[in-house]
Amino acid sequence: MRQVPATSAAPAADTRDKADRARGRCGHAPAGPVRPKVVLTEVNDTVRDAGGGTPPPDGVPAIELAAATKRFRTPSGGVYTALRDLDLRVEPGEFCAVVGPTGCGKSTTLSLVSGLEAPTAGQALIHGKPVTGIDPRVGFMFQTDAVFPWRSVLDNVAAGPRFRGMGKREAIDKARDWLRRVGLSGFEDRLPHQLSGGMRKRVALAQTLINEPEILMMDEPFSALDVQTRQIVQNELLGLWEMTRPAVVFVTHDLEEAIALADKVVVLTVGPGTVKDTFTVDLPRPRRVQEIRMQPRFVQLYERIWTCLRDEVELAYARSAGTAPADGGVALEKAGSASGPAGEGQH
Amino acid sequence: MAAETLTRPGPADTDEATAARAARSRRRNRRLLILGAQVLIVVVVIGGWQLGAERGWLDKFTYGSPSGVVSQLKTWFSQGTATGSIWHNIAVTMQETVLGFLIGTVAGVVLGILLGRFRALADVAAPFIKAGNSIPRVVLGSIFIMWFGLGPSGKVALAVVLVFFSVFFNAFQGTREVDRNFIANARILGASEWRVTTQVVLPSAMTWIVASLHAAFGFALIGAIVGEVLGAQAGLGQLIEQAQENFNANGVYAGIIIIAALALIAEFLITRFEMRVLRWRPSELSGDAAGL
Ligand SMILES: Nc1ncnc2c1ncn2[C@@H]1O[C@H](COP(=O)(O)OP(=O)(O)O)[C@@H](O)[C@H]1O
Ligand SMILES: [Mg+2]
Repeated sequence: MRQVPATSAAPAADTRDKADRARGRCGHAPAGPVRPKVVLTEVNDTVRDAGGGTPPPDGVPAIELAAATKRFRTPSGGVYTALRDLDLRVEPGEFCAVVGPTGCGKSTTLSLVSGLEAPTAGQALIHGKPVTGIDPRVGFMFQTDAVFPWRSVLDNVAAGPRFRGMGKREAIDKARDWLRRVGLSGFEDRLPHQLSGGMRKRVALAQTLINEPEILMMDEPFSALDVQTRQIVQNELLGLWEMTRPAVVFVTHDLEEAIALADKVVVLTVGPGTVKDTFTVDLPRPRRVQEIRMQPRFVQLYERIWTCLRDEVELAYARSAGTAPADGGVALEKAGSASGPAGEGQH
Repeated sequence: MAAETLTRPGPADTDEATAARAARSRRRNRRLLILGAQVLIVVVVIGGWQLGAERGWLDKFTYGSPSGVVSQLKTWFSQGTATGSIWHNIAVTMQETVLGFLIGTVAGVVLGILLGRFRALADVAAPFIKAGNSIPRVVLGSIFIMWFGLGPSGKVALAVVLVFFSVFFNAFQGTREVDRNFIANARILGASEWRVTTQVVLPSAMTWIVASLHAAFGFALIGAIVGEVLGAQAGLGQLIEQAQENFNANGVYAGIIIIAALALIAEFLITRFEMRVLRWRPSELSGDAAGL
């Protein structure tokens, strides 16, 4: 267990704050009026917090979530807090992986940055400007197939430029070029259902990257693939990323994938999600995901991050298995009654 | 056939080609059997009807006879009807039907998608749609005759109303069921709301919309014919109505046969259209392949 900072800080706003402390969070920012912009981590010789040092010269991160909170209304009329006081910084060109147990708010995080959803409190910023809607600089690769099944592969990849007003011929040429880059030349006229899962993912990748996003959101994009295919597509992603170097937030529940791909790994707490800790991955690039797993440094990082993640995963599992109520934190705290399985209720 | 399948020796290492051939021949036998049964039914019914009419078991005056129907059809196609040539009557009915079908479909799709996309609009419109849908359509036929007179517009209006509701509900439901990921993806890729609607929602909801078109064309035909029966200057419904007034049973049946033939042709065309617009659906393709 890592250092537990400032347990004596401002009184908890709700029972969950206390619960979090009871679990001994790794990088807890106290809920006071003065909030550190950066999640401070205990620094040791090998693991540094990427955002914790002096900011880069221009100082403006590509992506920033500042104390972002997102609440949803539940069908039963209650309120469910999916994210609470989440701070996240991703520098231009940085590849950031976000890991956390199921339902902790990873997808919600991405939807805040992409402008698909607005934060209930706090801010989402792109290049220092608040997100007010869908930003043309953002690309998003979804967890489930979002490739349009009624369009051919070529038309799918050309969709972005066409939507953005590019002429048909030009868009088609560009799409052909991108299909070549993802190794799908010759499949232009196929329909998505005529492709394998890995090929469909490559179509989705080309469809997203053709818009040349500066900010790239990826929501467990490869989770549906078998291990071999996944590794191939991961390598391809790294190759394509190196070319244009967008700032990436890559959500995954696969810690190996996170370390293999990213410059930094952010661990979220079990819902409501907030940053538990941030780890810098100082593995050299270019990387080949199959080989990097064997490196001692990789294993070392894996163990360290897993230690941090394990508690959250176990707690999430306990909740879903019914050994703890949905408001698991409250159970640990033995304080206040949860207002229902939907969570927060009207605290 | 079941017995045959059971008694056939089935060693585990049966050659695939043999198995495929056996399956094919079983399928062919089955199809022949079904076709044979169908022909038998037609022969029994029509033959029985003809026989009954000739022997006097069935009152020819009330029930007509197949030969009478055939000769009525011959008369219509060679000498025409009281209201002009048979082709003219067919054309009038089809014009009303197709026009009603098209207008009703477009209106149903547009309104269905609009209300499906905008929750507030749907909430506002819900009671009116429900009220409109609860009115028995035949009553509207009388109203439309008052409004539009005996010309084709009243029939078109009745067909439109019938088609509209059947298409509207499907378009609405189809819009509601569109995968939210597709919409989010299109919006992130840069699509305007209009583009999202026309290029994501419409193709997605097409499965639902097309499913309603089969029934919708039938409704359009009903609208036109009922309108004509209620009062018209020409058309198949009016022919049937006249035949009925003259106690010409054969005329009624002949009219029904022409309408049935038209409906079958339309059904064939709609199925073609369906296969074309839903070509991208995997189930559609594999379903066809399995049927062959
Ligand atoms: N639109 C929504 N309405 C209500 N609850 C939601 C909505 N979206 C997400 N949630 C809830 O918020 C929590 C976090 O969701 P999500 O971000 O999808 O988790 P993850 O991606 O980490 O699995 C979940 O418990 C989910 O049920
Ligand atoms: Mg998710």
